[in-house]
Amino acid sequence: MSTVALLGAAELGLVFALVALGVFISFRVLDFPDLTVDGSFPLGAAVAATLILADWNPWVATGIAMLAGAASGIVTATLNVRFKILHLLASILTMIALFSINLRVMGRPNVAILIQDTVLTPFYDLGQTLGLSDAVVRPLFVLAVVLVVVALLARFLTSEFGLAMRATGVNARMARAQGVSTDLHIYVGMALSNALVGLAGALFAQTNGFADVTSGIGTIVIGLAAVIVGETVVRSRVIVWMLVGCVVGSILYRIAIQVALNADFIGLRASDLNLVTALLVAGALILPRIRNPLKARAGAEATSR
Amino acid sequence: MIAAKNLHVTFGRGTPLEKHALRGVDLAIPSGQFVTVIGSNGAGKSTVLGALAGDVIPERGTVAIDGTDVTRWNTPRRAGLVARVFQDPMAGTCATLSIEENMALAAARGRRRGLGAAVGTRQRAGFAERIAELGLGLENRLKDQMGLLSGGQRQAVSLLMATLAGSRILLLDEHTAALDPSTADFVLDLTRRIVVEHGLTTLMVTHSMRHALDYGDRTIMLHEGQVVLDVGGQERAGLDVPDLLAMFSRVRGQQLADDALLIG
Repeated sequence: MSTVALLGAAELGLVFALVALGVFISFRVLDFPDLTVDGSFPLGAAVAATLILADWNPWVATGIAMLAGAASGIVTATLNVRFKILHLLASILTMIALFSINLRVMGRPNVAILIQDTVLTPFYDLGQTLGLSDAVVRPLFVLAVVLVVVALLARFLTSEFGLAMRATGVNARMARAQGVSTDLHIYVGMALSNALVGLAGALFAQTNGFADVTSGIGTIVIGLAAVIVGETVVRSRVIVWMLVGCVVGSILYRIAIQVALNADFIGLRASDLNLVTALLVAGALILPRIRNPLKARAGAEATSR
Repeated sequence: MIAAKNLHVTFGRGTPLEKHALRGVDLAIPSGQFVTVIGSNGAGKSTVLGALAGDVIPERGTVAIDGTDVTRWNTPRRAGLVARVFQDPMAGTCATLSIEENMALAAARGRRRGLGAAVGTRQRAGFAERIAELGLGLENRLKDQMGLLSGGQRQAVSLLMATLAGSRILLLDEHTAALDPSTADFVLDLTRRIVVEHGLTTLMVTHSMRHALDYGDRTIMLHEGQVVLDVGGQERAGLDVPDLLAMFSRVRGQQLADDALLIG
């Protein structure tokens, strides 16, 4: 694999690390299987690209993309908490609605922002004076964003409020008995999760120069793949390492996919991406169970208790 | 102080499984009193506790704690006033959080939770000191996951957690029922110690008539959603398990007689 391809994989992995962090909050912290991300990722891209095209400041556009993501998370949370719709179904409803909303936002299925100024423009200029190509500047920039997000999230999840959010996911009854308003924490957590996914979408649009309404398909599986790969590689119960695991998992996943697609002898095409992803996630979920049948059985008993 | 007046609770109203769980329960418990609650399955013991904690909102009647009407308050809102320990050791704690994180959750009960660190150096020292009181050596395991502790240890920590936020009321729902006899005795002695030390107003639901008489200052018996026996002081001191059993079957007999009349 060429350096350019590797840098490209790292860049994409870092953008989707933000998705992985969002999925970590919904799936792992809140124990809320949330498919909204398939809609909030292209929503973030659509909002950012449309605003940038309308000559908005790219940072402001990115911020609004995050707010749009947060709003979609709140819609899903409301359907579940307020109207008692099963979480999975609630998130699918939001996801399907967002497809239409994204088309409305952009006014067409895709928007190009190749010549407009993005949040990356000043860094491209800086890179040029330092003799770094755009292909190097992009992953470095996204890495910086990801590191800031990881630091803030780690701080948040170990705060009193964040601890209450984790308790909400682990044992809601206990959390309520300890005075935690579990409803509030689900709203905030879902908003935060989808805001991060919206941010990922906004950065995806700006690093790739376009937003496309179909770019959200399989976002949840990619995010989940990153979380699972991360948990396998970085085994820790310490919050900050669990978050770092999501980032590492996302990059490793991208590189694995890149290698699989580039290896001519396997005969895969770019269009096989989703199949490979699904197989990878299924494999990652199945492997720990079949590695040691005895251990797996003991584990199953422990969880069923 | 707890004052419950004329509590009525019905589950599954309008369905074939409709159950009138509480039928006019009146309960006045002065501050610092330790009340044990007995009754057969479905008598309404857990429902009474649920109504006091906020899990169950009665369709009639009022609940007041220390003079404040809390009838319409939900569980999280009442948590500042009421601490609980559940029957299932798994239910009262978060298994995948550490011991100190569980304690931090309990210590913030009834306060706004902000963005300050949940477990700071000072809190950790405080937690270590408090958990050392249990004499289980857990002060060196604060970072261990709660799920690694035995059922008895978890119940002991749950009891300790109930005292961290200064609430005046403790509700115990058969909190020793899932433990082996010697561990149950340990947890019960710890309960007595903690209740006395903190002067807590306590309701303890138990299936054991022995425990109901051995612990606390007053015993009430529930049957078919009503208080059918309420003994304290001298009268209670003279009671033994057979007396209680006799009362129990007499109450049930009366109930049968009533039903027989109804049917007849």
